[in-house]
Amino acid sequence: MAELGAGSLQVGDPALNYQERELNERLKRLYPAVNEEETPLPRSWSPKDKYSYIGLSQNNLRVHYKGHGKNHKDAASVRATHPIPAACGIYYFEVKIVSKGRDGYMGIGLSAQGVNMNRLPGWDKHSYGYHGDDGHSFCSSGTGQPYGPTFTTGDVIGCCVNLINNTCFYTKNGHSLGVAFTDLPPNLYPTVGLQTPGEIVDANFGQQPFVFDIEDYMSEWRAKIHGMIARFPIGERLGEWQAVLQSMVSSYLVHHGYCATAMAFARATETKIQEDQSSIKNRQRIQKLVLAGRVGEAIDATQQLYPGLLEHNPNLLFMLKCRQFVEMVNGTDSEVRCFSTRSPKSQDSYPGSPSLSPRHGATNPHLHSTATDSPTCSNGVTSKNKSHSKYPGISSSSSSSPSSPSSIVYSESNSTDSTKSQPHSSASNQETSDGWRRGENIVPPSLLQKHCSGFSADSEMEIEAEHYTNGVADSSSARIMNGTYKHEEILQTDNHSLDESDQPRQLCGGNQAATERMIQFGRELQALSEQLCREYGKNPTHKKMLQDAFSLLAYADPWNCPVGQQLDPMQRESVCSALNSAILELQNLPRQPPLMLALGQAHECVQLMARVRAGSCSFARLESFLH
Amino acid sequence: EACRIKSPLDHSHMDSSEVTATSRHYVDRLFDPDPQKVLQGVIDMKNAVIGNNKQKANLIVLGAVPRLLYLLQQPTSSLELRTECAVVLGSLAMGTENNIKSLVDCHIIPALLQGLLCQDLKFIEACLRCLRTVFISPVTPVQLLFTDPTVIPHLMSLLSRSQRTQEYITQIFSHCCKTPEHQMILYNHGAIQNIAPLLMSPSYKVQMQALKCFSVLAYENTQVSMTLVNVLVDGELLTQVFVKMMQRDRPIEMQLTAAKCLTYMCRAGAIRTDDTCIIMKTLPCLVRMCSKERLLEERVEGAETLAYLMEPDVELQRIASITDHLVAMLADYFKYPSSVSAIADIKRVRMAIVSPCIKLLLVSSVYLPVFLIQLDHDLKHAHELRQAAFKLYASLGANDEDIRKKITETENMMDRIVSGLSESSIKVRLAAVRCLHSLSRSVQQLRTSFHDHAVWKPLMKLLQNAPDEVLVMASSTLCNLLLEFSPSKEPILESGVVELLCSLTQSDSPALRVNGIWALMNMAFQADQKVKVEIVRALGTEQLFRLLSDPDANVLMKTLGLLRNLLSTRPHIDQIMSSHGKQIMQAVTLILEGEHGIEVKEQTLCILGNIADGHTAKELIMTNDDMLQKIKSYMGHSNVKLQLAATFCVSNLIWNEEDGSQERQDKLREMGFVDILHKLTQASDPNLCDRAKTAMQQYLA
Repeated sequence: MAELGAGSLQVGDPALNYQERELNERLKRLYPAVNEEETPLPRSWSPKDKYSYIGLSQNNLRVHYKGHGKNHKDAASVRATHPIPAACGIYYFEVKIVSKGRDGYMGIGLSAQGVNMNRLPGWDKHSYGYHGDDGHSFCSSGTGQPYGPTFTTGDVIGCCVNLINNTCFYTKNGHSLGVAFTDLPPNLYPTVGLQTPGEIVDANFGQQPFVFDIEDYMSEWRAKIHGMIARFPIGERLGEWQAVLQSMVSSYLVHHGYCATAMAFARATETKIQEDQSSIKNRQRIQKLVLAGRVGEAIDATQQLYPGLLEHNPNLLFMLKCRQFVEMVNGTDSEVRCFSTRSPKSQDSYPGSPSLSPRHGATNPHLHSTATDSPTCSNGVTSKNKSHSKYPGISSSSSSSPSSPSSIVYSESNSTDSTKSQPHSSASNQETSDGWRRGENIVPPSLLQKHCSGFSADSEMEIEAEHYTNGVADSSSARIMNGTYKHEEILQTDNHSLDESDQPRQLCGGNQAATERMIQFGRELQALSEQLCREYGKNPTHKKMLQDAFSLLAYADPWNCPVGQQLDPMQRESVCSALNSAILELQNLPRQPPLMLALGQAHECVQLMARVRAGSCSFARLESFLH
Repeated sequence: EACRIKSPLDHSHMDSSEVTATSRHYVDRLFDPDPQKVLQGVIDMKNAVIGNNKQKANLIVLGAVPRLLYLLQQPTSSLELRTECAVVLGSLAMGTENNIKSLVDCHIIPALLQGLLCQDLKFIEACLRCLRTVFISPVTPVQLLFTDPTVIPHLMSLLSRSQRTQEYITQIFSHCCKTPEHQMILYNHGAIQNIAPLLMSPSYKVQMQALKCFSVLAYENTQVSMTLVNVLVDGELLTQVFVKMMQRDRPIEMQLTAAKCLTYMCRAGAIRTDDTCIIMKTLPCLVRMCSKERLLEERVEGAETLAYLMEPDVELQRIASITDHLVAMLADYFKYPSSVSAIADIKRVRMAIVSPCIKLLLVSSVYLPVFLIQLDHDLKHAHELRQAAFKLYASLGANDEDIRKKITETENMMDRIVSGLSESSIKVRLAAVRCLHSLSRSVQQLRTSFHDHAVWKPLMKLLQNAPDEVLVMASSTLCNLLLEFSPSKEPILESGVVELLCSLTQSDSPALRVNGIWALMNMAFQADQKVKVEIVRALGTEQLFRLLSDPDANVLMKTLGLLRNLLSTRPHIDQIMSSHGKQIMQAVTLILEGEHGIEVKEQTLCILGNIADGHTAKELIMTNDDMLQKIKSYMGHSNVKLQLAATFCVSNLIWNEEDGSQERQDKLREMGFVDILHKLTQASDPNLCDRAKTAMQQYLA
């Protein structure tokens, strides 16, 4: 592949694919804050943005000079395909001098778009270069300044742009040469220029490991930025700080219905809870019903406890009804389950936790879509066996014993042991599952540990009794706080879930009467849709929802069909969260917990920093603070 | 409104008799018959002395220490009382150096070391804490740690007790390990195996103290260093552990100390200088330590360590010289005031700047002294910075001509060296002359910058009554300045340096003798008759011949070199040989007969060759049959160099066109020289062959 002609990219070449993959991985690791959809990274030289005396080869990474090279008027440059995104924080590329050609008049550096390419980098405004023949640096000027050593055939020259303080330094064979330029403008492109025949250089934008230890340099800046954040003065409101934090934690617990925990927290911190306890418990009950797939019961309970709520929220009601239909197909809704021989009560096997584990939907919607590509559960943790975890909760027809497979798989998928999940996640998923998708972990543990230690997690915490978690184990004591699971239960589960997967799943639990009820319900739903359409006008969202739900019936095995995703119990969560928010709103409480709001805002701020080219955003990522 | 800080100063408004009275009361309570009351008394005393230096001094004067020590050692004392006593003593040790002296005088060290034999961890920790504080003071003789041979092994065994014992013990070790003997004692008691795991301690303090231990253990100690490279910590090589500690997000102190460890291991020969961990990690780490962003102490330590690391290796010098603008970075080391007046100026200026700022920020004036303390601290480091920079420049320029050029081209560099040579601080003077010496190895610099800045003047001044270590460097630099092509040679000669150099040759220090005679040798090279006469006169033949029997081979070589330079052109040879011929021939005979190296004999034969070139002088050889026999035998020596020198001598003796050449040729032919010459024309060495042929031609002509 070293002999590839100019621009001929062989897609099928396995070595090339390997290199491509390595490049992607390295770029992702070096510049995690860069959103390449908005600001792509430079990956090669641009065949369009170069002077005619420049020839490119080897996937546009090798540059050679093909002009006359008589004098400086024959100089020629090429820019990379894209400018350096500010979100890199610190950007680095290397150039290997394959041959110094006749005179070795080579310049390596940076230039803005539109700078004359019939020149070496550094000679013009918004152009910066380090030249091999004299070792001088050229800062937008025809005359250079003594900078570093000369360079020639065999040397590897690196160029590092610090987008936090807008400086640049070079390296030679892995040795840092010190700052060359300060006050750099934004949006510079990696650039090389050649001037005499025979000059050949190869670029490394991350295709290969760098000679210079750039990651070590980055770690220094990461530590600096983190130190800055840690030392950031909070000023005179210091006294209020504690109160703000406590109220954030408290409102978060209340929002998601961690009733007992919230009470205990309030007691320990001597704060008040806005909502009364019974209301929290009601919400918790409704949420549990939704998450157990018993949407019909949830609707009933809502109507009973919060009369008028659904009447005033037809969209919410429709959403719930659609979900109810899906759950009927699933065989979990009580309207179909009552046809089965077992008592509905005993089948209440959904352990509930995912409902109570908040999601970051509002701030990071695309992550939800990626979640659907993978067999992992929303809580960011893959269960041990992919095939079992795909639809972990659909087993209403199966055992009603306490160790019902559905509950088991859930409890496992809800595990906070993230290390367990990683080997199963594909490379691209790993990135996200470490961060945002691990919904439960959204509360910085330090926050919780600090404020929670001191009150006991006793039996009155139903949450623990049901062994689910919001991801925080009190590391200081053997007692588990806020719930992890009891180990024996996890151990049991594997076998059972294996059994479960052997049983074929059937429509509405395989019950004829149930199926009929489902069909009838479908008709009612259709009618509701038409009624809403008449009253409020067409609603494409509703139409889509309905279509998707009905499509399930078109397949022999709805669980393994293109729209089968809907049956995933994970999908209950958004419905559950919408209902919860609506109830809270009815009580004049915020739709979203302030903690999530603050988190979302911080996340948006960091993204905004990237857009306004504040390079430090690269090292101020929320992920580094949410453990 | 500024909050009120309770400080030790608060006590100052009490009048002194009041203070003494309170202190007296505390001491009195130590003698109470009721042990419970004694304990309470010690606890109250503990609370009273914290942060109160005056109270501490009072208690010491009033004799609290012996009583506390008594209570501490008394087996009947409760453990609690003994522990509290150790805590109070530890607190007293935290005071001034005088406090420490008093404690040491009361034999606190053996008492506390004895206390370590107790089983109670809390008591042990209190004793160790106090010992630590005492031992890290510069006034405590470190030898006290090593007097009792059972102490070190016991301390090693206590390392496993707790993080505190680990921290205190390693800190004691790193402060008390000052000599190769100390290193070996610790090494032989398993310091490496015992301390290595502490590098992984969860406590940063323990990690740091352990790291410091390794740096003092490895310093100039090949055996320790060689052992260290093979040590595994948690399955990882120690060198890799050190490399990780140099990562750029680690605390600076840790990076610097880890770099020191690797530097010392490298200099002790345990790590090659071309090892990646040196070239790619240690060296750049040390360069970073020299940056402006670092604290002054760190910059000093970084520069000194870097200088030490690359001193013997030109490749490291080359890499360092291009790394992060090091040469220019070092120029910043001089941007600190050097004289008292400058200090006053700066204080005034800063006050002027600071005051409005303070008003602006509404900060209380309490911060002002803090600021000035910072400034004084900077000034104190000014000397340290300069000497470190000079050392580093000296190391950088030790071998590479381009680097030397780069250094001398740095802004005001030569001026800085010149003023450094006459600074009050001996450390700075020494470093400056070292730097000058390093640069003086450059022919180009000798011809240009050295001459332009008349560096010889301050150098000469420095040579008048300086301590030996400065003298060695200065005289060595002078040797280079006296080289024939150096434009400074002339003015130096005129300044009357000969006497000074002659006095150096009488020094007890071999290094100074070498430098003195070496400088004279350089001075005599192609010199005027006047200069040569002056040298011989000032040195005196007696001293000259004493030097020819000097036990130091280097001195002997340079003395022979001087002789050879003195005996150069014909008139000079004849003149010197006419006055000192007898002694010189004696000395030559002695050396040729003595047990000397090839080089010495070669040099001596060359002198003989020069003598053979004189008009009258050659008769001294021709009339000395014994000498001729010697020359003959050296012509047949197994070493080509000696054969060459001997043949050169013969060739001078039989040279045509000189009076009496025929007679000399005849005499030597009779003695069998021609046969040997003939044989040598067949020699495999082309030079020898040529020279023999040239000599033979004298016969043919």
